Amino acid sequence: MANLERPLSPHLGIYKWPLAMAISILHRITGVALTIGAVLMVAIFIAVASDPEFYEWIRGYLANKIGKTFLILWTFALFLHLFNGIRHLFWDAGYGFEKSTTTKSGVWVIIVTFILTIAVWGAAYYCTNV
Amino acid sequence: MSLRTPLSEAKGLGSAKEGAGHWWLQRLTAIALIPLVIWLAFAVAMLGDASYETVLAWLQTPYVAVLLILLVAATFYHTQLGLQVIVEDYVHGWLKIATLILINFLCIVFAVAGIVALLKIFL
Repeated sequence: MANLERPLSPHLGIYKWPLAMAISILHRITGVALTIGAVLMVAIFIAVASDPEFYEWIRGYLANKIGKTFLILWTFALFLHLFNGIRHLFWDAGYGFEKSTTTKSGVWVIIVTFILTIAVWGAAYYCTNV
Repeated sequence: MSLRTPLSEAKGLGSAKEGAGHWWLQRLTAIALIPLVIWLAFAVAMLGDASYETVLAWLQTPYVAVLLILLVAATFYHTQLGLQVIVEDYVHGWLKIATLILINFLCIVFAVAGIVALLKIFL
């Protein structure tokens, strides 16, 4: 097969980003990022099962400012992926393909993600400090 | 009598003719993960300071152990299916095969490790 380098028209750098497009690539990126969290979760289970010191070491890292920031961002990624996933399931069933519906459901995904991230961390803060 | 050229058949070009199973399992694990993940997020948040004793006691509750084992299995299956699609999109040639094998094995390893750890805590 000939692999000549032919020039391409500019694309990502010049066109406006529709919301649906941004959420779509975020769905993929958050999916990859969540893998890291899944591995961390398994590491925590192994730590609790075998070595309390290892668990406390992990917890120490997660409890400081950087760790907490990472966890909050990870929670956001989790819920974004989850609610956009539900949006995908509706598409799989055949609903909601009109452009206006897609944009509206995309906005809802973002709103609900923020609400739930705040709800979970509010609950965590409340249960830690009460 | 096939209209394909022998070379195209040998190269594996054209429709893969399979993939519906992959598509369905991705949706199935996704549906299972929706309640499991929402439960997990709030349950962990409500553990509060998450000291070793608190977490240990929580993991020893029967329904928690069962739900977490289901969560680990569904998560790593969903992850493997999802990562496979991403790799197939962006990586080609022998590197794609190697990466897919690696991802498959890693997901199985982590899933088994997670389930063994949960069982050890619970039993």
